[in-house]
Amino acid sequence: MKISYYPGCTLKTKAKNLDRAAIASLEALGVEVEEIDRWNCCGAVYSLTADDLIHMVGPVRNLIRAKEQGADKLVTLCSMCYNTLARANQLMREDTVKRDTINRFMDDEIDYAGEVEVVHYLSFLEQEIGWEKLKEAVKAPLSDLKVGTYYGCTLQRPADVGIEPFGSYLLMTGMLEALGATVVPFAAADKCCGSYQVLGAEPVENSAAAAVINIAGGAGIEALATSCPLCEYNLGKQQKQLLAKEKIGAPVPTYYFTQLLALALGLEAEVCHFELNDAASLELLKSKNCLAAA
Amino acid sequence: MCDTTKTPKVATGDRAILPEGARTIPIFVMGKKYEVPETLTIMKAMEFAGFRFLRGAGCRGGICGACPTVYRMAGDYKLHFGLACQTVVEANMYLAQIPFFPANRASFKLEEMEGVAETIHALYPELFRCVACNLCTKACPMDVDVLGYVSAMKQGNIEKAARISFDCIQCGLCASRCMGEIPQYHAAQLARRIFARYIQPQAEHLKNRVMEIEGGKYDPMLDELSGMKKEDLEARYVAREREPDLAAAGTWQPKDTSHL
Ligand code: FES
Repeated sequence: MKISYYPGCTLKTKAKNLDRAAIASLEALGVEVEEIDRWNCCGAVYSLTADDLIHMVGPVRNLIRAKEQGADKLVTLCSMCYNTLARANQLMREDTVKRDTINRFMDDEIDYAGEVEVVHYLSFLEQEIGWEKLKEAVKAPLSDLKVGTYYGCTLQRPADVGIEPFGSYLLMTGMLEALGATVVPFAAADKCCGSYQVLGAEPVENSAAAAVINIAGGAGIEALATSCPLCEYNLGKQQKQLLAKEKIGAPVPTYYFTQLLALALGLEAEVCHFELNDAASLELLKSKNCLAAA
Repeated sequence: MCDTTKTPKVATGDRAILPEGARTIPIFVMGKKYEVPETLTIMKAMEFAGFRFLRGAGCRGGICGACPTVYRMAGDYKLHFGLACQTVVEANMYLAQIPFFPANRASFKLEEMEGVAETIHALYPELFRCVACNLCTKACPMDVDVLGYVSAMKQGNIEKAARISFDCIQCGLCASRCMGEIPQYHAAQLARRIFARYIQPQAEHLKNRVMEIEGGKYDPMLDELSGMKKEDLEARYVAREREPDLAAAGTWQPKDTSHL
């Protein structure tokens, strides 16, 4: 099986760990990953101003690239990329007037009307591989690892592009359970990580990230799994600082879900690029025998 | 399909004289109409019309980037771009020269920086104002995929940015059209420099030759020549061993190979 893949800028730079582990895992599962040619930034944040069509041009151009290259599905991974691409796609499918305006502005491209389907990596795993088959492919089960599925904001919102209904965490839970992990529910799985707020200020008293980490820790979660580089930045990169400032009681190691997937599939720890995770504990993974291949 | 009955539109050298039998066509330079021979480039046509280029012309060979032109054809909304020294005039072209477009160039010391994309991001944070409108690519007279290299820089792929932007002649038309106000061509130049210095493997033979030269291998020869009397030097020059004209590449060697 071959899929068209849209990585996104961050996955090529700061979040290589999310990207490399994802690609290696799919290859281990027998899926050929083909990065679309000549892609650009997804737009990062979907513009909510109704007539701000210029910010649709970036995501739509990527979808056009996929259509041009013969793809009917475009798999993507980063929660933000998924959100902007899926929402722009929805606009191109449903709003004929805006679609026409955008197509006419992009007179250097073929016309686009939402022919490509934007699919999140987790949905792809469930639909095309399935949890049973995934379970069979596991070489180093994440037994005894208590994981929290941290969805953040953009995987489920808004409802019409969410990868699953708001408040359910079936996809990541299904994947993690197939990998042998124990999924522990917690009350902050869909709370905001603090988004870009952290860039303007030091972590503050009511830090959103601190609240998520504390709730997860309190629920007995040993590892948080996320799909979003911005969430990882707030929960992972900032975690030492939050700890030093006593905003959180105890650390909760944070991983990308693709890193846990790669490890369970028995891939070398190198493909996970743990050096890029500030709050991923290798000790924890070792103590749970999750670093079997290393 | 090729229409052979039409006079072929080719540039006629570098002198603005009306070639025999050439038709003239109307063009509009900064809104004023001129009748010019249809075979000329924009640059020669403007000179034919009486303009003189003190700036905004350099190589006249399509490589220095001094002569970008922006034009529209009467009745068509599309904006076109070209190099005045390369683009042949067409009837009812409305044109103007944009010999320079202001765009900030960051200052940096290549030897002191790191060969990573973050360096480019820090010096040109405007890159992240790109909305992928692609007007830069449409404006490029060299057909460079400007959006492609801007995207490559954002994706941290310096090599890709360097390779895509290789044909850039720094004319600045991309920057003139950018709604994100990005100085694309300066950022691309930085990407190529970083690529050449930190990423591209150095050619062994070049490195060795530079070491030899710096080690003084050729100094005694130079000293000998510069110490000679003029007549002796002339005699030596005339008597020098020369590679025969039209010798196939790599077939000839001098008798004394000790200096190679
Ligand atoms: S004069 Fe140098 S590119 Fe035209």
